Amino acid sequence: MDNIAGTKSSLTWAVNLSVIFLVVLWLIPTVGLLVSSFRDRDQISASGWWLSPFAVEQNFQAKIPAGEARQDGEFFVIEGNIFSGGEGEVIRFGGARSNPTVAAAGETAELTRDRSLTVQENGDFVYRSPAEISRDPSVYYSTATPPDFSLDNYQTILFSNNMDIAFINTLTVTIPATIIPILIAAFAAYALAWMDFAGRGLLIAMVVGLLVVPLQLALVPLLQFHNSIGIGQSFLGIWMAHTGFGLPLAIYLLRNYMVGLPRDIIESAKVDGATDFQVFTKIVLPLSFPALASFAIFQFLWTWNDLLVAKVFLPSNAESWVMTVKIADDLLGSRGGDWGILASAAFISIAVPLVVFFTMQRYLVRGLLAGSVK
Amino acid sequence: MSPLLQGIVTVIIGVGGCVGYFFLSNLILDKVIFPPRADNPGRNINRANLVRPWLFLFPAMAALGLYLVYPVVGSFYRSLFNRSGDQFIGFGNYTTMFSDDGFQIAFFNNMLWVLFVPAAATFFGLLVAQLTDRLKWGNIAKSLIFMPMAISFVGASLIWKFVYANNADIGLINAIRDFFGASEPLDVLQVRFWNNFFLMFILVWIQTGFAMVILSAALRGIPEETIEAAIIDGANPFQVFFKIKVPQIMGTIVVVWTTITILVLKVFDIVYTMTGGNFGTDILPSYMMSYMFRDDGRATAVAFVIMIVVLPVMIWNIRQARAEMR
Repeated sequence: MDNIAGTKSSLTWAVNLSVIFLVVLWLIPTVGLLVSSFRDRDQISASGWWLSPFAVEQNFQAKIPAGEARQDGEFFVIEGNIFSGGEGEVIRFGGARSNPTVAAAGETAELTRDRSLTVQENGDFVYRSPAEISRDPSVYYSTATPPDFSLDNYQTILFSNNMDIAFINTLTVTIPATIIPILIAAFAAYALAWMDFAGRGLLIAMVVGLLVVPLQLALVPLLQFHNSIGIGQSFLGIWMAHTGFGLPLAIYLLRNYMVGLPRDIIESAKVDGATDFQVFTKIVLPLSFPALASFAIFQFLWTWNDLLVAKVFLPSNAESWVMTVKIADDLLGSRGGDWGILASAAFISIAVPLVVFFTMQRYLVRGLLAGSVK
Repeated sequence: MSPLLQGIVTVIIGVGGCVGYFFLSNLILDKVIFPPRADNPGRNINRANLVRPWLFLFPAMAALGLYLVYPVVGSFYRSLFNRSGDQFIGFGNYTTMFSDDGFQIAFFNNMLWVLFVPAAATFFGLLVAQLTDRLKWGNIAKSLIFMPMAISFVGASLIWKFVYANNADIGLINAIRDFFGASEPLDVLQVRFWNNFFLMFILVWIQTGFAMVILSAALRGIPEETIEAAIIDGANPFQVFFKIKVPQIMGTIVVVWTTITILVLKVFDIVYTMTGGNFGTDILPSYMMSYMFRDDGRATAVAFVIMIVVLPVMIWNIRQARAEMR
């Protein structure tokens, strides 16, 4: 539809601009998380992630050695450099914790009890006190620190916070819960698509109805059932639960796809003496690969990202936490203010789905279309 | 045995078991029970073909029955009993629940979610689908807007916790307020009533991609002649969109709308992660989770209320599916 008469160039500009605006709006939150996950925790609270490429003004504290005081008239004076030999550039400074940046570099700050403090930009300071200086006085100063990007947050979260265990647990839940329903559903979908028997229509209607049954209903009765047959809260239990919950969509998607396969191929195979089992394994299954892939991606994303089923069907101890539970129940509580750690944890948990998403988007879109547009 | 190893073994046993079941059951059916030999081969083949669909269907039907059909009945039955499950109290759980303030707030909020999220997600989805339809870089734009679909609700909540953070040096919202001269940072998640919308927007952010993909395909499917005819008749782009395109994809819009509505009634993760249901943001799924493991009678009663709300959509879906098959 590129060259339809009536397309206006001014409108094209507006369209381009508004799409750019929407894309940026949709991307900003994720970009913020990604950038923050690489930043030092003090820098995160000192400046917004959108300022992260620039130097950050951070506050520091230095002690002045009282032993170096000398008497100058009626004052006791200490002179020196707060960077003690290092390089740096003081922006503001002060002598009290309550007001650490009271004066700009080069000015003189009047402190309590008639003391005064002067700090130059290069760090040279003069501290004057009318009384003898007994304890090391503190100097507070702010200086511009260059941006500090590192993998420290990832290291902390992975190797000292058990996120690695949670990652493996998520993987453990996901793999069987993705593969097993595909197989069960494929056979059922073939029967519903290509075999004639009484009650077929009713079963299809039932599958369609079960697509929307709220998961919440299943939690209490099934947990009781698992407890009564001795599975309890365990990985076996969650695999079975995910298999059951994934089946309606799997059967529905696969049946819709298989019904569209050319009738000629299947009938000529049958005429040549193939049994239903052979038709299924040798013809229908290979031809249905796109639908199988679509469902596999769906189920993978769903089980990987799930919080509800994992909270109910897995034991609630640190060894069996999956990543979503770990973040929601543990990190947000114990590390609530540590944004760098939270950001890197979130990014670890969404990295695999994002890779799957961008590499297999084609199948995902196809599955969505097969599952909804009717 | 480590869980991962256990998982791999389970995959092998599960897959092997499934393949073995289907293969052996078919083999037994064809060779042992109804062999196409003996006195009556034709009759035996026909009988085998009567049984075979049920062999194919059995594992799936058993799993569906146990994991989705039985719970509907089981949950309802459980909801008629008290907290510990040993005393029948009829609709006692429902009556105490309906008079509970927490439930009323959760129900009201859930209705807000059901009204706002599908409407907003469908609106943005349609907007993006239409705008990117003729763009050269439309596919890249769509792929980026689609991306949140891959992110877990927990991950998305964390992402937005940054945006909403109660600190002008972390949260984008407060940074913008700061820029326009607000002196104190504001915790938007504690602003009564409106905080619900901040939570809803997270789900809109996720679901817009879904709406966009489906509506974009529907827009592509519109016959071009209808659009060309309208343009030749002098319709401007807005008239083409609202009077030609939208009416033709109305069916798809309804499907997208109802699909997102169903999803909204299931999502508890966002509220759970962002506010834990505090500050008047509870919705039914998170209200239910607060009773889960504590009072199963109340929890199942809430779940059944969700089921009742979903029921009309379920019936409508089944009718649509049946109409198609004819």
